[in-house]
Amino acid sequence: MNTKVTDVEAPAPSQVRKVRQHVNQNEGLIFEHSLPGKRGMELPPLDVPAVDPVKELGAAFTRGSVEGFPEVSEIEVIRHFTRLSTWNYAIDLGMYPLGSCTMKYNPRVNEYVARLDGLATEHPEQPVELSQGCLRILYDLKQCLLEITGMDAATLQPAAGAQGELAGLLMIRAYHESRGDARRTVLIPDSAHGTNPASVVIAGYEVKNIKSNDRGQIDTDHLREFCTPDVAALMLTNPSTLGVFEERIAEISDILHERGALLYMDGANMNALAGVTRPGDFGVDVMHLNLHKTFSTPHGGGGPGAGPVMVKKILEPFLPAPVVMRKDNGTYALDHNRPQSVGRVRAFVGNFGVLLRALAYTLAYGPGIRQVTEDAVLNANYIRKNLEGLFDLPYDLPSMHEVVFSDAKQKAHGVNTMDIAKRLIDYGFHPYTTAFPLIVPGAMMIEPTESESREELDMFIDAMKSIAAEAESNPELVKTAPHSTRVGRLDEVAAARKPILRWKP
Amino acid sequence: MYPANYRYTKDHEWIQLDGSIGTIGITDYAQQELGDVVFVEVPKPGATVKPGQSFGTVESVKAVSEIFSPVSGEVTETNPLLADAPETINKDPHKSAWLIKVKLADPKEVSALMDATAYEAYVAEKAKEH
Amino acid sequence: MRYLPKSPSERTEMLADIGVKSIDELFVSIPEKFRLTKPLNLPGPLSESEIIRYFQDRAAENTRGYTSFLGAGVYQHLRSVVPDALIQRGEFLTSYTPYQAEYAQGTLTAIFEFQTLMCQLTGQEVANASMYDGSTALTEAILMTERVTGRHSVLIARSVHPEYRQVAHTYAKNLGLEVEEIGFTESGQLDRSKLTKEKLSKVAAVVVQSPNFFGVLEDIPALAESAHAHGALLVTATTEAVSLGIVKPPAEADIVAMEGQAFGIPPSYGGPYVGVIATRDKFVRQMPGRLAGQTTDSEGRRGFVLTLATREQHIRREKATSNICTNEALYALAATIHLCLIGKEGIREQAHQNLSKARFAQAELLKIPGVKLAFSGATFNEFTLEFPRSVKLLNAALLKEKIIGPYTLGVHYPELTKRGVVCVTETIPRAEIERFAATVRTTLEQPI
Repeated sequence: MNTKVTDVEAPAPSQVRKVRQHVNQNEGLIFEHSLPGKRGMELPPLDVPAVDPVKELGAAFTRGSVEGFPEVSEIEVIRHFTRLSTWNYAIDLGMYPLGSCTMKYNPRVNEYVARLDGLATEHPEQPVELSQGCLRILYDLKQCLLEITGMDAATLQPAAGAQGELAGLLMIRAYHESRGDARRTVLIPDSAHGTNPASVVIAGYEVKNIKSNDRGQIDTDHLREFCTPDVAALMLTNPSTLGVFEERIAEISDILHERGALLYMDGANMNALAGVTRPGDFGVDVMHLNLHKTFSTPHGGGGPGAGPVMVKKILEPFLPAPVVMRKDNGTYALDHNRPQSVGRVRAFVGNFGVLLRALAYTLAYGPGIRQVTEDAVLNANYIRKNLEGLFDLPYDLPSMHEVVFSDAKQKAHGVNTMDIAKRLIDYGFHPYTTAFPLIVPGAMMIEPTESESREELDMFIDAMKSIAAEAESNPELVKTAPHSTRVGRLDEVAAARKPILRWKP
Repeated sequence: MYPANYRYTKDHEWIQLDGSIGTIGITDYAQQELGDVVFVEVPKPGATVKPGQSFGTVESVKAVSEIFSPVSGEVTETNPLLADAPETINKDPHKSAWLIKVKLADPKEVSALMDATAYEAYVAEKAKEH
Repeated sequence: MRYLPKSPSERTEMLADIGVKSIDELFVSIPEKFRLTKPLNLPGPLSESEIIRYFQDRAAENTRGYTSFLGAGVYQHLRSVVPDALIQRGEFLTSYTPYQAEYAQGTLTAIFEFQTLMCQLTGQEVANASMYDGSTALTEAILMTERVTGRHSVLIARSVHPEYRQVAHTYAKNLGLEVEEIGFTESGQLDRSKLTKEKLSKVAAVVVQSPNFFGVLEDIPALAESAHAHGALLVTATTEAVSLGIVKPPAEADIVAMEGQAFGIPPSYGGPYVGVIATRDKFVRQMPGRLAGQTTDSEGRRGFVLTLATREQHIRREKATSNICTNEALYALAATIHLCLIGKEGIREQAHQNLSKARFAQAELLKIPGVKLAFSGATFNEFTLEFPRSVKLLNAALLKEKIIGPYTLGVHYPELTKRGVVCVTETIPRAEIERFAATVRTTLEQPI
């Protein structure tokens, strides 16, 4: 146990609703519990004659046992991973204010339906006639996503947002090439998420960075100048990573389209838009969605996700094949006959289990999905109102579903955004997003989502107020946080200099 | 602080000339900006370098910096210390943490670079910007 | 609405606190012409039981009561209920990527264990925290060889999964990377006579799958030697990970790409699965994706962090080794739990059962007049048969008996319409294997 807990000025006990204890189990690695002869799982007996592997495969193709593989019992596996789980924070425990991650409630019915016999059990290569249920789920989801985004066609293949970005860029490329007008660059604002420029490069384009103006938005004069004939597209996040809607979106879209370029929207911040406005209406030609953000599919410690890509009609011919379709006779099928398709971005039809969960989420809300967006924006603005003044607000513009402060005021006492974030852990909250977007030095990016009750928001606000006070009166306490976790700040320098990336006996 | 007989670039590299062999490294300012160095990548002997072109990287935990060559030439040696002790760059950036030695194609290129006084002034300006 | 923890009075109070009269005032930054004035046309809202009913209805429209002999990259294997019970714990299911290490030691420890298990299975020195799936893991492995060797073409066996090859082509063509396909011999293995010195000296890598799409094992040590002799790397793909319980691991390969679905992850109509990349220590800085590394805190306690992050997109941006951000962490965890349960003995026993059942099925089927073994190479739990009529016709008849038959090679190998790949895992009872063979026999006895 990290015993450096000092005189923490916590809220009065009557106000503390949440207690978080890290169980000090000193749990080792599973390999450290392993001993020969222990087993966690038995197989039913073999009902056919046993063969001799060496005779069947040849000695050259046969291995002995897997060196170092664990040998433990079922209860040890249950205890080991249960203990490990208690060292994690989770949405089920409380708010994650991470910006642009949209850490909303992961509905449990979604887990239940994903595991149904007849859904979890289906093989992607099985006959289409025997997969009508799966295909209908995909089709129904697609129709819902098209309605929400105001677009014309979609692919559900990409496994995550980054892969969706790549698929979208490949379609943009195919579009220009089909018109004999191959272009070379993609414009990306300096506030963009790192996957954007990385995806551009993998699509075979060059990145051209475009600076945001003093309102953290696209400077349209700049855009006119930058949008030369070799520009294929602008990749925009809207609302931006500052949580602010691009007020000149119509002008931006016109500038691009006049010059034959396309508008790509990174849909990571869709939680500010669903049910209130539609990207297809404000000039977007192609966009991806992050189902593990806006559509409640679980983050699971880093994935899986899904990154469907929605397009306007002009890009439909280029969608990755196969495309889920409904035939005139009402049956569902996979259309492989797509001669202009950019190809596959992954094997099989997509992360079906994730797509299924997103549909369950959408069905739960129906048209009421607008309330989600309204509550998300309400919550972010409530936090903003209550912390303005205490923390520096670098861009005084209307916030949508997230608000970005900076550590400028606390820096005066030697306390930076990372320190504040680590101290937040002692109050039982996961840190907000530190040091992003890059255009805000010392950024503190906070997105509560609609899943937070007023109670939880008030506790978060109280915690942040308390830390602001500590930054002035006791900066050391903040700079050496967290104090209440199983391990303190870990030595990342040593981890990078001499990487130890696996257990060895 | 900054050795008088060295020359400096705007990207915070230094070069020390010995006849037609130049020894190149990054400055104290650069290592401070980077933080704890965890890894260094430089080209092999025999590679050519050109002014303004990146020839390698210096990494900390949270950032990567390209290193730009101040001169044209051919790499003759790389510092064997840095593979196992990249932190030398933080401890002794101007001497034992040299990165590469280069046989200069045109020794006159060096005179176009800042001297120690000019570089110190440049760094002082940069510090004010923060 | 049950997922929204607000009472109407709270909304009113909060709006007042913010200083606006209605929620619409918080959306004024959206130009009016773009603000929707009507609700979206969406199905719902549905209560929990209605949602369950919808999905149960869909489940009934799929393959209830069929026995399947399909493999082709996705495998029906035994799964304990334990991984599901554990991954549904909120602390695993609903936690974020472990960037804040102090609050995510559970996830990070499990990733470190996953990385270790993958190394042990593949015989490689380092493995990452997962890729999306086997197909993208293979493509990323190919891109890695380009970075490592500086060469801009690869040779890939036609016997690599067709969809994996399609993915590689999609990525490669925009990066100026040439992908040349190499055919197979009667053994079903890569035709090594086509690996000329001229070709090998130009390529970044030779890429094979083992067991390959026909079920045949490739000669990894020999291929590695040929490649290395001319400065090329060897990349291997494995789609049936259970094979590593009994088949010699591809330790001589430079990079191994694997699909981990066979380790207790349901087929789920194509995903989510878990991709694996494993390689030598010397290539670690060229690896894509996340890596968990061991370290200590200031008091010397062991802990784990994401490390070598400068390879990744959030730092390196356009110079990153990959654009990957989200991976398959939850399923890497599920696979880890599964492998800990099944353990050293179990993984060998499971592989042995697969081998035995496949040999039994093969023997039964080869007794049928006209049915031949298509390739002579050693196989694991998938094998290719040649039938006296097209596999498509055969399968249509099998479906009537609620049997999903062999994978029709003719779909992706137009010259092989009479060949089909049969997969037999430990989950198929002997009686079903016998029924399958009997049905094939009767079908072939009928005229077309």
